[in-house]
Amino acid sequence: MFREVLIAPFSEFEFMRRALAAVIALALAGAPIGVFLMLRRMSLVGDAMAHAILPGAAIGFLLCGLNLFAMTAGGLIAGFTVAILAGVVARSTEMKEDASLATFYLVSLAVGVSIVSVKGTNIDLLHVLFGNILAMDDATLLVIAANATITLIVLALIFRPLVIESVDPLFLRTVSRAGAPAHLAFLALVVINLVNGFQALGTLLAVGLMILPAGIARFWSRDITGMIGIAVASALLSGYAGLVLSFQTRVPTGPAIILVAAGLYVGSVLFGRVGGLVRQLFPGRHLEA
Amino acid sequence: MTAQLQLSDVTLGYDRHPAVHHLSGEIAAGALLAIVGPNGAGKSTLFRGIVGLLKPLAGTIQRAGLDVLDIAYLPQSADIDRSFPISVYDFVGTGLWRETGFFGGMGKPAGARIVAALAAVGLNGFENRPIGTLSGGQLQRLLFARVLLQDARLIVLDEPFNAIDAKTSADLLLLVKRWHAEQRTVLAALHDMDLVRAHFPETLLLARGKVAWGLTAEVLTAENLLAAQRMCEAFDDSATACVVDSLPSRAA
Repeated sequence: MFREVLIAPFSEFEFMRRALAAVIALALAGAPIGVFLMLRRMSLVGDAMAHAILPGAAIGFLLCGLNLFAMTAGGLIAGFTVAILAGVVARSTEMKEDASLATFYLVSLAVGVSIVSVKGTNIDLLHVLFGNILAMDDATLLVIAANATITLIVLALIFRPLVIESVDPLFLRTVSRAGAPAHLAFLALVVINLVNGFQALGTLLAVGLMILPAGIARFWSRDITGMIGIAVASALLSGYAGLVLSFQTRVPTGPAIILVAAGLYVGSVLFGRVGGLVRQLFPGRHLEA
Repeated sequence: MTAQLQLSDVTLGYDRHPAVHHLSGEIAAGALLAIVGPNGAGKSTLFRGIVGLLKPLAGTIQRAGLDVLDIAYLPQSADIDRSFPISVYDFVGTGLWRETGFFGGMGKPAGARIVAALAAVGLNGFENRPIGTLSGGQLQRLLFARVLLQDARLIVLDEPFNAIDAKTSADLLLLVKRWHAEQRTVLAALHDMDLVRAHFPETLLLARGKVAWGLTAEVLTAENLLAAQRMCEAFDDSATACVVDSLPSRAA
């Protein structure tokens, strides 16, 4: 019975194995990025960026079809254009950075949806918006794995400046010029992982496999290493369980994965060891010192 | 004594308004200099200029062969995200940036130095605590421990003893004196005149411009302090461009 539900879908169907491989790659790279997004109070920036990169990814998609390389390149260009324009307007006018980013990402989203609708079909639009992890070919799978590898390597390279910049930006500025490049590299990683998630989860949910695991991790660990570990583990678990859920029911894969993550998140909010609600209600007797 | 810092007609400010106006002078290597003045006198701005965070509007600051890594700067209101999940040990360890850089490992000797630095500021036993659980005074001790590890030749402390209890400031003052004894150059912005008189040989009394600079006893006279008080704090929005720049500029 267990075997039938939990293992058989993957041993019997190749597309499920590919989907599982893709989800594992996405979880390994996306969850650590999500932890940094959360700790730098940029969770919604991740969401805004997911919309902002749509026109670039759409143009890549229309020129080369579902070629993740073209979509990543287009997404990076669009993402940086929006991030830089928003930054320039925020710095040179009275507009605040968040409001400015909101304006630009909405424009960008409108442009993106227009491009896909005018030039492509409705199926294309649905595909870009919601993804289709069950139609994963070898090339796409390889690009996803490559992007995940690049992400982990770059994250390892910029880890120390990124942590210091998050805790004490002024200190980093006084000892090194690495702050701004590290921040830009991090933004690039965010975009790469968002595009990476397109095929599996679609533009709208791509950020979900980053942010939800990070939110879960916050309730179980007090240090960043532990958080990253827990975030990756819960992303892997959500990905796997989501695929199973989607296979056994009629729920589409992307939403199924995010819904499983959401279930874990609710559980963590209630029962988490670090600041969970139940823990707060019954904290136990106070200590002696 | 050789000059560690050479200020030549330095003007520092924001939006063209000067916060430090035409300041010239020399700070010798190994000096222990207090910088005093009313709120808004330009003390923090001067420090930001000295450590290189703020470019002078005019004039030059020469740092006699000092690299950025030779300067340790403790800002007045440290811009620290205390909710970030990092332990006291790791946070203080960032002070070893000069040796470790991006990837350098922290071996046993580095670990021993971190523990020693924490012990020197009285934070032994706090190694594994997240920084968010520290009190204000403990955080200040923590920042001193990091300065200690930075092993810098020039140490710039912006109002280091504000909102700190007597015991803590006495402990931290001992560190300042230790740095002085080690021939490091130490600059500190302070408000406690008794403390300055007791422990700092030299003082700069600043009120946007220099009011007096020299031996502490000669600088901190009632007359000078009154003159500093009279300085006007508000920027004048209709001020015209300053024409005192009679020094010929080297740029053609």
